[in-house]
Parts: sequence; C-alpha cells; structure tokens
Amino acid sequence: MKYLSEYRDPALARSLARRIRETATRPWTLMEVCGGQTHTIVRQGIDELLDGAIEMIHGPGCPVCVTPLEQIDRAVHLAGRSDVIFTSFGDMLRVPGSDCDLQQVRARGGAVRIVYSPLDALRIAEQHPDKEVVFFAVGFETTAPANAMAVVEAARRGLRNFSVLVSHVTVPPAMEAILSAPDNRVQGFLAAGHVCTIMGFTEYEPIAARYEVPIVVTGFEPLDILEGMLMVVEQLERGEWRVQNQYVRAVKRDGNEAARRTVHRVFELRDRQWRGIGMIPGSGLAMRPAFAAWDAELKFDLAGIVATEPADCHAGEVLRGLMKPFDCPSFGAMCTPEHPMGAPMVSSEGACAAYYNYGRYRTGSPLAHTGAGLPILGHA
Amino acid sequence: MSTATVSMASLGTVGLTCPTPVSTHDRIVLGHGSGGKLSAQLFRERILPHFQNEVLQRQEDGAVVTLGGAQIVLSTDTFVVQPLEFPGGDIGSLAVHGTINDIAMMGARAAHLTVGFVIEEGLPTVVLDRIVRSMAAAARAMNVTIVAGDTKVVERGKGDGLFINTTGIGLLDPAFAPSAHRAAVGDAILLSGAIGRHGMAIMAAREAIGFDTTITSDTAALWPLVELLRSATDGHVHVLRDPTRGGVASALNEIASVSRTGMVLDEPSLPIPGDVMAACEMLGLDPMYVANEGVLVALVPLAYATVALTALRTHPLGVDAARIGHVVAEHPGLVVMKTHVGGTRIVDMLPGDQLPRIC
Repeated sequence: MKYLSEYRDPALARSLARRIRETATRPWTLMEVCGGQTHTIVRQGIDELLDGAIEMIHGPGCPVCVTPLEQIDRAVHLAGRSDVIFTSFGDMLRVPGSDCDLQQVRARGGAVRIVYSPLDALRIAEQHPDKEVVFFAVGFETTAPANAMAVVEAARRGLRNFSVLVSHVTVPPAMEAILSAPDNRVQGFLAAGHVCTIMGFTEYEPIAARYEVPIVVTGFEPLDILEGMLMVVEQLERGEWRVQNQYVRAVKRDGNEAARRTVHRVFELRDRQWRGIGMIPGSGLAMRPAFAAWDAELKFDLAGIVATEPADCHAGEVLRGLMKPFDCPSFGAMCTPEHPMGAPMVSSEGACAAYYNYGRYRTGSPLAHTGAGLPILGHA
Repeated sequence: MSTATVSMASLGTVGLTCPTPVSTHDRIVLGHGSGGKLSAQLFRERILPHFQNEVLQRQEDGAVVTLGGAQIVLSTDTFVVQPLEFPGGDIGSLAVHGTINDIAMMGARAAHLTVGFVIEEGLPTVVLDRIVRSMAAAARAMNVTIVAGDTKVVERGKGDGLFINTTGIGLLDPAFAPSAHRAAVGDAILLSGAIGRHGMAIMAAREAIGFDTTITSDTAALWPLVELLRSATDGHVHVLRDPTRGGVASALNEIASVSRTGMVLDEPSLPIPGDVMAACEMLGLDPMYVANEGVLVALVPLAYATVALTALRTHPLGVDAARIGHVVAEHPGLVVMKTHVGGTRIVDMLPGDQLPRIC
C-alpha cells in the first residue's frame, strides 16, 4: 500500500536495529506509550530484531484498557434500557463490566450498535427521535476532537435525544504518574504520535526537563518505532533529556489548533480513574456545564453506579510496566481473549492480548527462544 | 453440518495454546458465528457430542459417505448476509458458490443442489426474483442443477429479509481426495488469489465506514481451479480449503491442527489488494481474518508448487495466485508468520469477530 510499505522496509529495519544494538551500551528501559505502538512491536516481531539491546515496557496508552470498570457498568446499564440505542466503537463491546459486557447485553435484547464515528451516532439519533441515543466517548486526545464535534453538532441541530457517556483521558498526566511512582523503571519514552497530531508536543517539554527523561514523539509503522527507539537511546547515551519529533510527517510542535479549540470548547479537565491504575489528577476530560444537556452521566443520573475492580486482575501492574503479561497468574488460564478478566486482554491494542494473540509466551513455540535474553521474551 | 463455515477442523485442540476455559456464555453472542474459536467451541461443546460419528469426526469441508458402492460428497451451508445484494454478488450466487466450493474442496464436482429459503414478510418480490435468477445463473455456469427446494415465510422482524440454505452432492473419485489430514512436511502453501475482498466489500456496503471504496466481493465457483490443479500436478494435491468465514488465518490453523503439522508463512508474499489493505488499515482489521468467497488454499508437494502456480495463473480467478509459505515439522498445530521487517509472530485463530479499533 502506498505510503505504508515504505515504512516496513526489511533492509532499513535491520539497519536501524543494528544501530540501536551498537549504540546502546546497556539495556535501557523504554516505554512506548501508545497501544498502537505495542501492537506494531509485538505483531512485527521488532523485539526480536533488537536481541535484548533495550527493554520495552508497554505503556497505558490503550483507551479501551484504561476505561474504568464503573464506566463500563454505566454503559451496560444504559444499553440495557429499552428506550436507549447505545452506540460505541467496536472494541468496547467485549470489555468485561462487573456482570457482563455490551456484547452480552446485545444478546439479551439491548440495542447496541457499532459505529465508526460519533457522527454516525448523531445520524442514528436523527433517524430515531423516539429513542435516546447514547455514544460512548472513549479515547485519548486523538478521538476527543471528533467526539467534541459531535456534541457541538447536536447542540447546533437541537438534537435533544442524543447524549455522550464521556470517558476521555489525556496522556501527559499518565506519563507523570508513571515517572513519579517510587517503583518507576522507565528511562525514556516513545510518545504517542497520533495524540501529538492534535496536541503538539509542548506539554512534554516540562516533563522531560522535570524528570530528566528523553521523550521522542513517534509514529506507528515499524521503521517509525525503530527510529524513535534509536533517537531515545542516542539521547540516553549522551546524557540528554530533550523532546524530539520522529513523526515529522504528521506532527507539528503546536499540533492542530482548530481541533484543540473544539475539544476545549466542549470538555474540561477533571480527575479521572484509570482502570488498573487508579485516580490520576487532571487526567480526564469531562463535559463542560454549557453542554450538560448532552452529558449522559447527568441525563441518566449514573453517578450512583460505582464498581470495584477484581483483585486477581493485575491489569494495573501490566499497564504501569511492573509486570509482563505472562507473569500474571491469570494470563492464559483464567484470562484469555475469549474470557478476558481485564481490558488489556480485550482490545487488539492491549498488551495482554498482543502477547496472547501473537504467541509471545508459549512454551515450545518458535518465538519462545528467538528473543533469548530479551526481557519481554525471556519468560517463555 | 460438514461445511467449512462450521469450522469443524478447529475442534481439535490447537497445539500449545492454553486450555480454553469452559464457556460462561449463557446465551449465544454474535461471536459464536465468527468462524473463530467461539464457533468451534459452540460446535464442540453443544452440537458435536450429540451427533458423534466417524464421518463427522473427519472435520472436513464436506462429508464423504458410501452409498450403493459409490463415494458421495455431501455438504450444506446456510447463508445470512446483509445487504442481500452487494458489490460483486448477492446472497443467491453466494449460496450456490459456497456449497459448490465446499464440495470442490473435497476434490469433487458438485452435481446437484437443494435450496431452502427463509423469507421475511415484506421482502419485495422484485428482490427475490433477482436473487433467484442470480442463483440459477450461478448454477448453470457450473453445470449444476438445483433439484429440490423449500420456502418458508416468517413474520416481519423475525428474519433478516432472506436466509438461504443450500445442500449439494457430488461424486468422489477416490484417486483424488484432498484432505486436511494429508498436509505433509515440505508442502508448499498456495493461495489462488487476492484475499480479503468479500469481507471488506460486505463491510463497506453495510457500515458507514466513512470513506468510499470500490472493493467488490470475490464470490465465485472454485471448481475450475481445482480441475486445473489436479491436471497440472497429476493429482498431487494434498489439501484444499476455501478460506471463508475466519479468513486464511483460520483455515490454515484448522489444517495445522488436524494434520498436526506446523506452518511458516512469508508476510510480504501475501496477495492483499491495495484497496483491501487500505480499508483494513483504516479500521484496524487484519486481512488474514477477513472472509473470502472465491479463493482457495492449496497444499501441494514442493516439487509441484511451480506447475500448480502456473496452472492457477492461467485462469482469470487465479491471476494473483501466490505461494505464501510451507509446511514444517516444528511447532505442530501452530501457524507462524515471518513479518515484513524480518521478525516472527504466531497467527492464531481469533476468539470471535474482529472488532474495529478505536484509533
């Protein structure tokens, strides 16, 4: 495919991997923030090319994975109401709530529809004036502008049967939470390229300075990721901690001003619970009072629905990079993509699902041995 | 029962995967119809135990039974698709091709079909007429006769416009009997054409995916390709499969599981059309799991790989035919992909449907 195959060239990949191996004088610990990057690393076997030169910790950047349990329970509650058509991106459907997931609600007769854009949900609301149409607004800064735009449009068209269950989170506070934890092991970051297309990367500059960590804004194709890794390693070897932009073909320093304005108009910062991690101050987006009429949380009085996470799901440690998926006692036994206990096993971007689906752990699998010495493979 | 879509071949445990916990589903979910692990589990736990017999246990695309001294291939398939008419075909041609192909994958030419229609009250007769005409044309083109049928009408809201079942029979030549059990170390793995078109065409037609695409379904009868393969290889075709629901990945997993062999695929060699790749990248889907309705997977001994490929490419359905990998003795039951950048990953079966990603 044009503009993609260029970023998957095997000779260039091998050459970048060799440069990383030659540059790294010790096994630096890097975190890729975004689940899309985790997906590429594990799916393309980039970890194998590095042969233990660096350790990659998979970050919390999977929006499906970090959506708190009680938001799922609220979604399940709404989807079960006979007057509601509940709309969501596809990968939220199998995320387990306390009792069941949205897929099971659908099997019991709930009106749950997969949409590809919040504007599709708006269209459904116009077509069904007798129903309440709720859209599940999940994601990082990347999806927030389109979701904000849907609310603005609903207000402009006077659509009162449309509302949004907001569960947006933002990346920089999560990076700070990881860096300020006493057990932090992360020495450098690949920042999430698509988030930065919207937000730019000025927010990362004080973080890099305060915690003395290099942060490289990185894309999602194999060569992007290898180049981002090399840039972080080069900074670490030189003792530097700057913000650099690997993903120049998509990201500008100031991001997308118009998109940010729309987000700011509709949403405001609020403390947000992250599944498996806990409360991170100022890390979530919530609807501004001016748009309260489209806020499903208020409209359906959902504040009473609260939940506690199961104790035997170690998603939090996985999401904070303290545990590899296959070190979790539930991994592959009680917790599989068929019957996930935690969200990282559900989304294709989740670290647990990536390890499970691409067989990065199986005893006897050919992959179990290829990464000998490489921490993320070494347990097989 | 013995159709590709029931995925019986996946009933065996897939090599080294962890034991799947007993299903906690107290109701059927859509994922049970995906052709992945949930489908296999549904069949293994809820259907197979009641119908146990030797023929069923072979886990093939069609059943081979002996009647009056003749070996007969028998297969059935039920078609549910929205929209009923889609770019490149319709539910009628699909229903005829699907059963012809299941029988062809057993090495036999379908001779006769039966058809059952479940029609929802309110279906425009003009639509039904078009679909039946399309079925007749598809059958005629393959010299297949539709010899028995049934119609039922259900109340509005109790069906999705139209469901069609087709059942077919063909005569088996015992000298040519490809089977998933015959996959052998050293076999070349061939694909007869570009993958992912049917599934993505349906998705584009059904969903508001937010971009225009010209992808058309590949629905086609595969018997001509089977004849070409047979004559080019002098009958040395070990395995044939049509990778429908669940895609190429699921079909190869089924073969690896049944034959207790391993497979190594070469990612750059996969014939994936640019428009399918683009749509899949947009939606976060993997074309290896997307349904095909006019492509076959063939396993032939290495010595016949080149002549088989050349033969496939002489046919309009086979112009994009490619050799995508080979069968190995290592890691029995596992399908492994050598990736674009030179890494490896395991290509497993999916639990249920592929779900489009958020971003």
